[in-house]
Amino acid sequence: MVDMTTSQPARKGDTTLGHIAYVLKDNPVTMLAFAMLAFFLGCAVFGPALVPYDPLATNASRALEAPSWDHWFGTDNLGRDVFSRVIVATRLDLTISVAAVALSFVIGSVLGSIAGYWGGWIDAVLNRCLDTIMAFPLFVLAMGVVAALGNTVENIIYATAIINIPFYARLVRAEVNIRRNAGFAQAAKLAGNSDLRVLAVHIFPNALPPMMVQVSLNLGWAILNAAGLSFIGLGVRPPTPEWGIMVAEGANFIVSGEWWLAVFPGLWLMLAVFTFNLLGDGLRDIVDPRKRT
Amino acid sequence: MLSIKDLSVAFKTRKGEVNAVRGISLEVGKGETLGIVGESGSGKSVTSYALMRILDAGGDIRSGDVTYGGIDLRAASERDMRDIRGREISMIFQNPRAALNPIRRVGHQVEDVLIRHAQATRQDARAKAIAALEAVRINDAAARYEAYPFELSGGMCQRIVIAIALACKPQLLIADEPTTGLDITTQKAVMDLVGELAKERGMGMILITHDLGLASQYCDRIVVMKDGLIVEEGEPGTLFTAPQHAYTRKLVDATPRLGASIRNLLPPEVRSPEPEHRVHTRPLLEVRDLVKTYPGKAGPVQAVKGISFDIKAGQSLGLVGESGSGKSTTSEMVVRLQDPTSGAILFDGHDIASTPSARFMRHAVRRDIQMVFQDATDSLNPRGTAASAIAEPLARIDRMRGAKLSTRVSELADLVGLPQPLLSRFPHQLSGGQKARVGIARAIALEPKLLILDEPTAALDVSIQALVLNLLVDLRAQMGMSYLFVSHDLNVVRLLCDEVLVMKQGEIVDRGPTATVMDNPSHLYTRALIEAAPQPPEPVAA
Repeated sequence: MVDMTTSQPARKGDTTLGHIAYVLKDNPVTMLAFAMLAFFLGCAVFGPALVPYDPLATNASRALEAPSWDHWFGTDNLGRDVFSRVIVATRLDLTISVAAVALSFVIGSVLGSIAGYWGGWIDAVLNRCLDTIMAFPLFVLAMGVVAALGNTVENIIYATAIINIPFYARLVRAEVNIRRNAGFAQAAKLAGNSDLRVLAVHIFPNALPPMMVQVSLNLGWAILNAAGLSFIGLGVRPPTPEWGIMVAEGANFIVSGEWWLAVFPGLWLMLAVFTFNLLGDGLRDIVDPRKRT
Repeated sequence: MLSIKDLSVAFKTRKGEVNAVRGISLEVGKGETLGIVGESGSGKSVTSYALMRILDAGGDIRSGDVTYGGIDLRAASERDMRDIRGREISMIFQNPRAALNPIRRVGHQVEDVLIRHAQATRQDARAKAIAALEAVRINDAAARYEAYPFELSGGMCQRIVIAIALACKPQLLIADEPTTGLDITTQKAVMDLVGELAKERGMGMILITHDLGLASQYCDRIVVMKDGLIVEEGEPGTLFTAPQHAYTRKLVDATPRLGASIRNLLPPEVRSPEPEHRVHTRPLLEVRDLVKTYPGKAGPVQAVKGISFDIKAGQSLGLVGESGSGKSTTSEMVVRLQDPTSGAILFDGHDIASTPSARFMRHAVRRDIQMVFQDATDSLNPRGTAASAIAEPLARIDRMRGAKLSTRVSELADLVGLPQPLLSRFPHQLSGGQKARVGIARAIALEPKLLILDEPTAALDVSIQALVLNLLVDLRAQMGMSYLFVSHDLNVVRLLCDEVLVMKQGEIVDRGPTATVMDNPSHLYTRALIEAAPQPPEPVAA
């Protein structure tokens, strides 16, 4: 402690990869979450090439069959393979949620940073606008946006992004606000940085660890939201495989005993949301340099 | 009353196990005040947490006995410990504001502990809480009872914390750095109060501190800790005037005191002659009628009330004052992070106050006025390495890139004595002294003419402070910089500065050459400040 000249050689774990490995090893839950994420990403990228049946191909002779070795998740009322449809749908659902979250992350960060750093009337106006968005029941707002703009995948993404912006903006605003007069921000000004650079380069990155928790939770919500919109008929249109539509279509057959139509896409939806919710803490630890000790 | 035998405490961390306390034994008698002195990481706080059984997660008592009045504290159930804490053994923590619940009235917080230990009922809790507040000499206790912590000053908050600690009349008080962060006159008031109350009640006390002067003034017996071990134990008089252990001697040497030069703070074997610095007659900085007014809820608040002073080229000026004196506001205006309400700041004869601070980064003088911040941890971006912090001003203002930049960064690291391998580390991987060196390297990177030092050693251990102060003296001689040294520690200012300004409530109340002001203080306030500073005993010449 007293001797300041002692130096230690760089240890294993100082590199980014070593750090990620440490975070994963330290917490089995994070490990599980990352393994499940890898599985879903694998499904999204390679799924359409690997599935045993064409997800759109109908086969009237084998309609409404229970799960078997031929059809793991059974078949639907048109004889389509439920397993193939569930796997192929992963790509669409993940795309919607990732795109929506990325959009709200960027817009929310910019708005929140500005409000948190400069404060004053910009902050007041922005906060009231965000309050207005949050005053709506968010799903109803998303329904309204899709209904007004039209029933396309892009519009589902926009609607999901809009309802998530306030969460990011508020989080970033609070994180930036507590750091705007921090010593390192002032030191950056003395080093010749303009306000904008101080904000973007020095203050904003410090907001990333809590943002990562928000991102992963939001990815889960965004999937649910997209599936929800499709479920009520606003969103992806049949016959495109999508978990929400499949649950909606399958719901009609539950009464008559064909449970596999709704249960398997529902299960996949649940697992995806579960994965993203578990992912949060791990992602935060990875982007936080203070965890590297 | 309290006896600790062979106590060992270990913490589990990512790098394996850390032995924070490695077999220490000590005793505190009834009515005795024991000082535990040591630098950060010596295990002095961990010892007290261990005996209160409030160690952080991962901390574990490995061996040893802790007995208090016949009770084995290690074996006691958590339920018994809850009864002991507060009623038998109380603690005062370092940061009084953090120790109080910000959203509850302080009176209620005193009541909580009374009711918890059945010292009061709902009916008479209020009266007893007010009595407890009066016991710590709080004027108008009935009105203070209603206050929230944020409405009170730091010293007042610490009194409340003491009132809570003493409310149930404990037999043993553990004070963990009770006055760190308090003004020097407040420190004296708080310590005098604790000392008196302990005497009045025959209460034992453990005073944990890094300040040798404070320990020698208030303790009956002192133990010196280093790396989890007790290296020396004795009466304050003999311990500090004739230290036996090399570490105690190093600590005593490093403590700024009357009659010691700045080189005397270093261990004898590394002392070199103190370099001379030249003071020119030409003024580098002229401050004229500087005023700063903040809009407050109850009308505008004048933080700085029209002050004027000069800093000559090569001169070191000390700016002394307690919190709220306006010294930090003044230094921020001079370094152009804040705009003055009125007044002029002339640098080399040119007015620099007319350029607003928001646009000052492009001003030609930006490179000539730099600053070392008070809190080295806070002043480094947690996401940037030491090298990136030092490189920042070079890259932004000098537009330096690539190999040239990294060469210059290593040069600067050498200049401030920062080992090269540490450059790739993040701030949290550096010690306090190392972070201070990074902050200094960044500030001198552009070879400024004026360096503002805002209590650069306030958060450092004394031995590190001695190194950093000496580094500043060397750099001053080498680079011919002028210093504006802002501090509350008169002993440090005495060592470093040619002239000194004493500020109180936004005004300069005393000024002159350091020796004159310090040895024959003309102003009442200066005298009060000097008297409040605890004076460590003079060590016997090495």
